[in-house]
Amino acid sequence: MNQNKLGMLIFLASESVFFTMLILAYAYYHSHWGGGPTDSVVDIKEVLPYTIALWSSSLTIWFSERALKHGKYGQMRGWLGLTILLGAFFLFGEAREYLALFSENVNIQAGIFGTTFFTLTGFHGLHVTVGLLALSLMLVLASTGWLKKEQAEGYETLSYYWHFVDLVWVGVFSVVYIWSLF
Amino acid sequence: MSDVSIVPEHTASLPSYNKFNGLLEWVSTVDHKQIGLLYLFGTFFFFCVGGIEALLMRIQLAQPQNHFLSPQDYNQLFTMHGTTMVFLVVMPMLLGVANYVVPLQIGARDMAYPRLNALSFWMFTFGGLLLYASFIGGGAPDAGWFAYVPLSGQPYTSNPGMTYWAIGILVSGIGTVATALNLVVTILLFRAPGMSLRRLPLFTWMVLFNGFIIMFAMPALNASLVTLAIDRILGGHYYDVKAGASPLLWQHYFWSFGHPEVYIMVLPAWGIISEVVPVFSRKPIFGYGAVAGSTVAIAFLSFAVWGHHMFSAGMGTASDLLFSAASLLIAVPTGIKIFNWVATAWMGKIRFTTSMLFALAFIVQFTIGGVTGVQFGVVPFDRYTTDSYYVVAHFHYVLFGGTAFGLFAGFYYWFPKAFGRMLDERLGKLNFWLMFIGFNTAFFVQHALGWMGMTRRIWTYPDYPGWGVYNMISTVGSFILAFGVLMFAVNVFYSLKKGEIASENPWNAWTLEWATTSPPPHYNFDQVPPVRSRRPLWDLQHPDKADKD
Repeated sequence: MNQNKLGMLIFLASESVFFTMLILAYAYYHSHWGGGPTDSVVDIKEVLPYTIALWSSSLTIWFSERALKHGKYGQMRGWLGLTILLGAFFLFGEAREYLALFSENVNIQAGIFGTTFFTLTGFHGLHVTVGLLALSLMLVLASTGWLKKEQAEGYETLSYYWHFVDLVWVGVFSVVYIWSLF
Repeated sequence: MSDVSIVPEHTASLPSYNKFNGLLEWVSTVDHKQIGLLYLFGTFFFFCVGGIEALLMRIQLAQPQNHFLSPQDYNQLFTMHGTTMVFLVVMPMLLGVANYVVPLQIGARDMAYPRLNALSFWMFTFGGLLLYASFIGGGAPDAGWFAYVPLSGQPYTSNPGMTYWAIGILVSGIGTVATALNLVVTILLFRAPGMSLRRLPLFTWMVLFNGFIIMFAMPALNASLVTLAIDRILGGHYYDVKAGASPLLWQHYFWSFGHPEVYIMVLPAWGIISEVVPVFSRKPIFGYGAVAGSTVAIAFLSFAVWGHHMFSAGMGTASDLLFSAASLLIAVPTGIKIFNWVATAWMGKIRFTTSMLFALAFIVQFTIGGVTGVQFGVVPFDRYTTDSYYVVAHFHYVLFGGTAFGLFAGFYYWFPKAFGRMLDERLGKLNFWLMFIGFNTAFFVQHALGWMGMTRRIWTYPDYPGWGVYNMISTVGSFILAFGVLMFAVNVFYSLKKGEIASENPWNAWTLEWATTSPPPHYNFDQVPPVRSRRPLWDLQHPDKADKD
């Protein structure tokens, strides 16, 4: 197997453990938030469009990879650009949600819920941001004509990271938002 | 076989460190050999610092009711001693040896990610410096190397030290994880043709599985550090009991890292012993499969026993029993290796080189530490001895009598390869005997102190019968040990200048690192020998008696 892909996969397995720990803390405290706000302050309806955007970006990056493998560079850049837009839309949505919560005084200091919620979603958002930076760099390189089908393996390696970020959101979305409905 | 010379004449030498260009080369290198040596020098420096912290503690404890140090100073010292030894000495020193040796042992040109390798070293360095900056930044961390909450949290803290602790270790930890990733990918993808995984030298095998343990255990540490930092710096409530949080969460989080960590700190040392004992017994390892297979078992099981650090924390009987059973079980694959090493040396033609002496001492001392360790798996026994000097004795026997002695065996074994000169054997024996006598004097009596009820992490103690004498003996031992370590430094400095020139295979060993010059050229090998078994160089020298696997 290509060394970069193997390295990325092992790294992602390691990061999964990190996110699992943060999710476990959130889940553990779910039955007893203590004083302060509870998960009733989150609104799944508000977050749904941004969630769908992020998950769709996994599809668009896959189209982009296929285009690259077939040497269709224009299409590749198009799908990559769309991926970046969808990812940025997700971050925009997170920011909106955060600001709304801050205005209700729900922040990282607001009880155990505040701490665990913002840590978990914050680290996820941080990983999305890093991924977006890397994807944007790829778009710039593609626009200068550097990214060709010979680099398909490296591009695929980066897409593994992006899929991972999506997968983590599946976990976070379930444990935080879906669970808040019950 | 062929008369093409596999090993060319000795021409390579290490870049000089006392000219500017040489120094610049060291600072900017991405060569795994130089990075390995940088790790060794950096970690040896921290070893001396951590050692001085220990000596200061031992002076304070030499007599009852002593006032050499204040309680606050003492707390900072034991926290920094533990933190330094675990995070800035043992782990990175083992990874440094792996960095140097593994690519050579598998016949590779360098690691999979040379620049990441360099980054890892500098992250380790700066993380360590950040941790030590705490001394001048308001006070060193003082809540113990495992930082139990609530003591390590914001309200109970007397200085910003624990924040330095959290961030310093986070930074340094990035280096550790990156090195582990590098080693795993290198071992899986860069082996010489013919070197199947079943033919890996045991040091490399141990490093491979160690790498996996690191990749899955360090994130647990990172989660712990991050949540502690959020509580301390951002006013979070992960461990805020008044807000309804559970302090037990920290213990579960930390020990989920902390237990695999102790295996991280020993696996490569087992690998060193598995290289050294066969070579100096002139016999291949007895039961390669058992040694290799038991390592895999330990790698998995190590994630299932963390609760044995929490038998006094009130997890409930069911949890206690499960963790007890798993802990007793994990002693089995560990013990298997002892039998393998002894059987290897049995009836062998033993060469009592300094390296072998350290390896033999390892076998005895690690067994003692292992025996006391498995006792803690018995819950009622643990309830009496936890947090006493019995624990301190146990872990120093496995970590110092075990891993550190293993590291010294490795230094004496691979020094000729790295520097092109042999370490002096007379100074080496002096080094060994001083360390052996010093170590056992310092720590054996601590078993007794633990039995007598002396708790750990206390800055002084009452004048109970026997406590003063044993503590004084322990202190004297620690100074003998320190003097022994000093002899090692003397040996290194002497031998670098005046040591006997080493050939490419001074020990007549069998693995690939001995098939190139001492020191190797930057590119490692002119020609990698054919690999058709676990001992390629034996096969080359004895084609009629070649190994079958």
